[in-house]
Amino acid sequence: MVGEALAFYLLAAITLASGIVVVTSPNLVHSAVALVPALLGVTGLYILLNAEFLAGVQVLIYAGGITVLILFVIMLTEGATGLRVPQRNEQGPIGAAVAGAAAAVLIAVATRTPWAHGAGVLPSYTPGAIGESFLGPNLLLFEGTSVVLLVTLVGAILIARKED
Amino acid sequence: MITLTHYLVLSALLFGLGLYAVLTRRNSVAMLMGIELMLNAANINLVAFNKYAAPGAMQGQIFALIVITIAACEAAVGLALILAAYRRFETTYVDELDTMKG
Repeated sequence: MVGEALAFYLLAAITLASGIVVVTSPNLVHSAVALVPALLGVTGLYILLNAEFLAGVQVLIYAGGITVLILFVIMLTEGATGLRVPQRNEQGPIGAAVAGAAAAVLIAVATRTPWAHGAGVLPSYTPGAIGESFLGPNLLLFEGTSVVLLVTLVGAILIARKED
Repeated sequence: MITLTHYLVLSALLFGLGLYAVLTRRNSVAMLMGIELMLNAANINLVAFNKYAAPGAMQGQIFALIVITIAACEAAVGLALILAAYRRFETTYVDELDTMKG
């Protein structure tokens, strides 16, 4: 149990520290690269929460896919790192106040609510349970998501295509 | 002993960071990064509730998987829009994209 606490605090520190770099760094490339340890920290939390399949998907899609996509767009649009122009608008204090207030409310609610503990145990092999759920009770969800993916594919190509 | 509350507090902090980025960044790509952080915070909540509040059901992890898929779609379409806007207006800064402002 001590090991679990140690792992949790380490992963939380990694996630939050890289998250702070992501939101504050004036260099856009630094922000995008700092997104990787933040997402990998969340991956570690998934493993702590017995969600191994989700951890694998997180590494593949977020750390591997989305970060590379973001880096590509930064390179295509900025030509550089965006260091020559201010990266923040004039509502810094208001934004910080709103974000801090939202986080404070969420923390207050989370710590004061007596969360119920449901019955049952997690299956020992979650990927199998996820697969059975997707092809069983959640089939409609599964098919709907695949349609969304197809529409996104077509839409993204259509939007990003050069007009002629 | 790590409890559900630990995960909820962590995800609230991560959500606050993402919200701060969305509210204060000028560059639309940086705002998208903030949105990704917020989606990750929501996913931590879903998986933590799955383990601690409803361990018999898999719905938390299923829903987190769907959120990851939709986040990938959102990033692809969002970045395509940013590229199209950059080609048209030669900027990715949201306060300079003000053609429709009265």
